[in-house]
Amino acid sequence: MALAIRAEGLVKHYGETKALDGVDLEVPEGKVVGVLGPNGAGKTTAVRVLATLLRPDAGHATVHGHDVLKDPRAVRSLIGLTGQYASVDEDLSGTENLVLLARLLDHSRAGAKAKAAELLEQFELTDAAHRAAKTYSGGMRRRLDLAASLVGNPSVLYLDEPTTGLDPHARNEVWAVVRKLVANGVTVLLTTQYLEEADQLADSITVFDHGRVVAEGRPDELKRRVGGQTLQVRPTSMHDLDAVYRILGDLTGVRPTRDDDTGLLTAPVNDPVLLSTLVRKLDEAGITADELALRLPSLDEVFLALTGKQNEGSLV
Amino acid sequence: MSTIALDRGVRHGFTLAWRGILKIRKNPEQLMDVTLAPIVFLVMFTYLFGGALAGNTDAYLQMLVPGIMVMNILQASMTAGVQMNTDVSKGVFDRFRSMPIARSAPLVGAVLADIVRYVVCIVVLLVVATIMGFRVQTGPAELFIAAGLTIAFGLCFCWASVFVGMLLKTPQAVQGLMFVLIMPLTFGSNVFVGTSTMPGWLRAWADVSPVSLLSDALRGLLNGGAIAGPLTGSLIWMVGVVAVFFPLAMWAYRKRV
Repeated sequence: MALAIRAEGLVKHYGETKALDGVDLEVPEGKVVGVLGPNGAGKTTAVRVLATLLRPDAGHATVHGHDVLKDPRAVRSLIGLTGQYASVDEDLSGTENLVLLARLLDHSRAGAKAKAAELLEQFELTDAAHRAAKTYSGGMRRRLDLAASLVGNPSVLYLDEPTTGLDPHARNEVWAVVRKLVANGVTVLLTTQYLEEADQLADSITVFDHGRVVAEGRPDELKRRVGGQTLQVRPTSMHDLDAVYRILGDLTGVRPTRDDDTGLLTAPVNDPVLLSTLVRKLDEAGITADELALRLPSLDEVFLALTGKQNEGSLV
Repeated sequence: MSTIALDRGVRHGFTLAWRGILKIRKNPEQLMDVTLAPIVFLVMFTYLFGGALAGNTDAYLQMLVPGIMVMNILQASMTAGVQMNTDVSKGVFDRFRSMPIARSAPLVGAVLADIVRYVVCIVVLLVVATIMGFRVQTGPAELFIAAGLTIAFGLCFCWASVFVGMLLKTPQAVQGLMFVLIMPLTFGSNVFVGTSTMPGWLRAWADVSPVSLLSDALRGLLNGGAIAGPLTGSLIWMVGVVAVFFPLAMWAYRKRV
């Protein structure tokens, strides 16, 4: 399959800090690759290099065959950038922001207005078109960011932590937009701190830690390596602890972890359906629970599993 | 660079200048430093110190207005660095830079939009001064030359501000440093008082300071009197400042963005 992005041996050091320490990355055309990692892992630095905003100290990268260092202009005409660092002007309205970008991309006055209206419509921002971007909600703001990165009809889109700081509803909106873009054949490089986001959107995941790639693969492959979910239950009465311990053990076929101080029982599960079975069994036994949850592995657990060490970066 | 590329570069510069003007229109308070501040200085110095310094306020006003023009254009030109720094820290520049446009276009746009601020500054100042009793003693041609010269002065000095703006991390730091730099530059001059009573070391500087020289050139142009000497001095300063700070600003800009 043809590659949209190919990076080899990217290195970028800031004094003692190794933001990138020899990163290879390949993104096939039309696919979504998720770059997962904690703050300071080098995700944003990698995106900035691939978007021609930053010169690497070593290594090279191409976008659709154009070298980011030798032919940045050709790369810039192919890419769109959204994220923590590429932003819209908060003083300008949605329309003005998009018209400005369209004019910079050599649309005529009328063409720019039409393009802006089209994108605002597509991102359901028409009602807010004439309001200053600083009055937008977090989700609207990200949608405008996304619209802004699409003015040039990019074939490669960089999404740098597109949902960090968004509430679940707004996050789902952004995900829906990304899926639509991918359906139209856009190649996406997505950085995120959330395993779930990478799982939802990406065809394959690359895990960064301290400027290096520590794991890559399809989401299900990584999850197998990380381990599945955990079932957690805490009965209302400590007297029920033994009974619940037995039920949970029978259900999962393993011996649950038991914390007699807090009354919390946990057991690894592979099948999420077990949650409802557990609810039914507890009900039959007349036992009530204060806490009952199916938990996904956290990013900390992913790092623990993939790197064999506790992640040192500050996590969410 | 081919002429087509040059043409696009200029057009992108104008498009980004349009953005700057749009921003001024949305936040008129941005113009406070070029509208309210000059008026405050003009009124305060004229009525508070004018009598004591020049015998009567009318005579002082004629001497003060050209100087205040220089002082305020200098202050107005220092905002360029603050605004550029804000754009860089907010990520707006990264969006521009990830697009296939000339790298200098955002810089050109910011400076072009600044001219609007300078024009507003000069016009407000001259209108208020006229209301207060200031009269141009020469003619409209001299007035236009004086205004043009002042704006050109601002355009030259704004590169120092862009340089500082690209060097420091936050807009607040830029603002703080520019204030510290501008205050001695404007007060250590002949804007408010003649230099004859200053101590030798200060006088030595005040007599050759760009602010004093341009103030004298403007006094010549607006009130009549010697022009050639101070004008030559001002032009040498302007060329010198551009020669030093334009390359420095471009260097810092390329390093930063």
